[in-house]
Amino acid sequence: MTDRLPGFSTLAVHAGAQPDPTTGARVTPIYQTTSFVFNDADHAASLFGLQAFGNIYTRIGNPTTAVLEERIAALEGGTAALAVASGHAAQVVVLQQLLMPGDEFIAARKLYGGSINQFTHAFKSFGWNVAWADPDDIASFERAVTPRTKGIFIESIANPAGSITDIEAIAEVARKAGVPLIVDNTLATPYLIRPIDHGADIVVHSLTKFLGGHGNSLGGIIVDAGTFDWSKDNKYPMLNEPRPEYHGIRIQETFGNFAFAIACRVLGLRDLGPALSPFNAFMILTGIETLPLRMQKHCENAKAVAEFLAGHPAVASVNYSGLASDKYNKLARKYAPKGAGAVFTFSLRGGYDAGVSLVSNLQLFSHLANVGDTRSLVIHPASTTHSQLDDEAKVRSGAAPDVVRLSIGIEDKEDLIADLEQALSV
Amino acid sequence: MNHDNYDDNYIRSILNGVKSIAMVGASPVNVRPSYFAFKYLAQRGYDMIPVNPGHVGKSLLGKPFVASLWDIGRPVDMIDIFRNSSHIMPVVDEALTLSPPPKVIWMQLGARDDAAAEKAEAAGLKVVMNRCPKIEYGRLSSEISWMGVNSRTLSSKRAPIPTQGMRLSLNRMSVGGGATAASDRAAKNKSEPT
Repeated sequence: MTDRLPGFSTLAVHAGAQPDPTTGARVTPIYQTTSFVFNDADHAASLFGLQAFGNIYTRIGNPTTAVLEERIAALEGGTAALAVASGHAAQVVVLQQLLMPGDEFIAARKLYGGSINQFTHAFKSFGWNVAWADPDDIASFERAVTPRTKGIFIESIANPAGSITDIEAIAEVARKAGVPLIVDNTLATPYLIRPIDHGADIVVHSLTKFLGGHGNSLGGIIVDAGTFDWSKDNKYPMLNEPRPEYHGIRIQETFGNFAFAIACRVLGLRDLGPALSPFNAFMILTGIETLPLRMQKHCENAKAVAEFLAGHPAVASVNYSGLASDKYNKLARKYAPKGAGAVFTFSLRGGYDAGVSLVSNLQLFSHLANVGDTRSLVIHPASTTHSQLDDEAKVRSGAAPDVVRLSIGIEDKEDLIADLEQALSV
Repeated sequence: MNHDNYDDNYIRSILNGVKSIAMVGASPVNVRPSYFAFKYLAQRGYDMIPVNPGHVGKSLLGKPFVASLWDIGRPVDMIDIFRNSSHIMPVVDEALTLSPPPKVIWMQLGARDDAAAEKAEAAGLKVVMNRCPKIEYGRLSSEISWMGVNSRTLSSKRAPIPTQGMRLSLNRMSVGGGATAASDRAAKNKSEPT
């Protein structure tokens, strides 16, 4: 029998999980324990020295979490993954492996507002400098490259307007610059877009959104594509130089094409500490089993709602790349042929006040700061997620004051449209 | 043979088939990848032979170093080469003079010499390049999944129970004698008719 590549839905249910050897439990057990007993002193030393595979302490690894990691690595087509406490934690851990104080990374201007804050303010205190580029102008990424550039960061489907990024074009810029391309694939999930297939070297997620899918558990993950040569030009000492914290081990030499995921675990997570709770890992794993079914429904509903809004007299414009008239429709057809996601924005003729009134009149949509829930959600980015940006930056990132963002759930689309219709007519 | 991309069954058949492995370039330094791989493969039951002329007279995890493949003095199934690509050919030439020759030439992660591979294959040997047998064993057994690595395998079967076929330990700490106080009382009442 030759190797058969199972389909996406099969991997979503099975990858990483096997009936528990001790009890026969079919569902992955929640290993809610801080620590794991060693077989003997030699076993303990082998684990601490990275010589044996196994569990030590849940901050570094946990059997429930490991199933989640392998499953997402399989769904993304990566060599390995590392789960952490949140999407934000994933970004810190990734960049800690790549940047030394004084180094830079390039980030797309269209990003989740929380990431813009993290990159602009929090990372400044680490001496990590961000250079912004416009995902609609590939040359702006090329212009931003300097000798201290250590990576490029983009979102596949960008918050808040659901615009589609030309991953392959930016991957080419990264390749020429000799730096890894990091893609935040949260809004697409691997069901809609697999960035590694388009040249990404590292994929990150907030698992809190569509992957977990039920709005009940925070989590983040880092996927190693196994594509980047960390030894080239000796730009990445965390991966390529002998590590004093492990008696001089060189991570890339020892772990080959999953070295980045190991560095994130044994240098990043171990020492920075943002570990995922095994209970959250369990909740997210359960969510992932139905990811393909949910994403189909999310996308079907989002398209219907976007079409309804586009035809409504109170609506000035709709930014949904799944609409044929949308500026990003060509990229959506290329990168996300199964659906353009379920997060998008629209603006109202009545401006800021009409937006505020709409949000308060909706009865099924929940007004909150999350996306990718089974429930439909609404928010006014200018006064919430993107409130810390100045007016010009708000417009540039797609969060102008008259813009309302929706995250469409898996309810019946007729009910969602009826709710919007009544709220717009009040 | 496509040496860019191996079918899992090819690697599986090698790791299931070989019993003895001579590791050329094995290091006694416990942070070197060769040491990790040597120790792991020994723990998985392979008969490991460390080959390194710089360490003759010493031993690695109880196995004495030999200076060259000729010094092993018994048939060996696989040669695992922990040397840079530029040092592969002489090892393969030496391996092909052994009688009987080994069944497999394995070049470590990062090592590749296509001409040496061709020569070994022409002599009927199987060749693996740029892979680590520890990682491949861990991946195919899914042991490596503990590290969040994509094993690229699936199974709906219960893994073997670790204790099956083994003597179970009877040396657990006992709590306050054998039975419970209530059952002791019940037994006492039964034996003392009213």
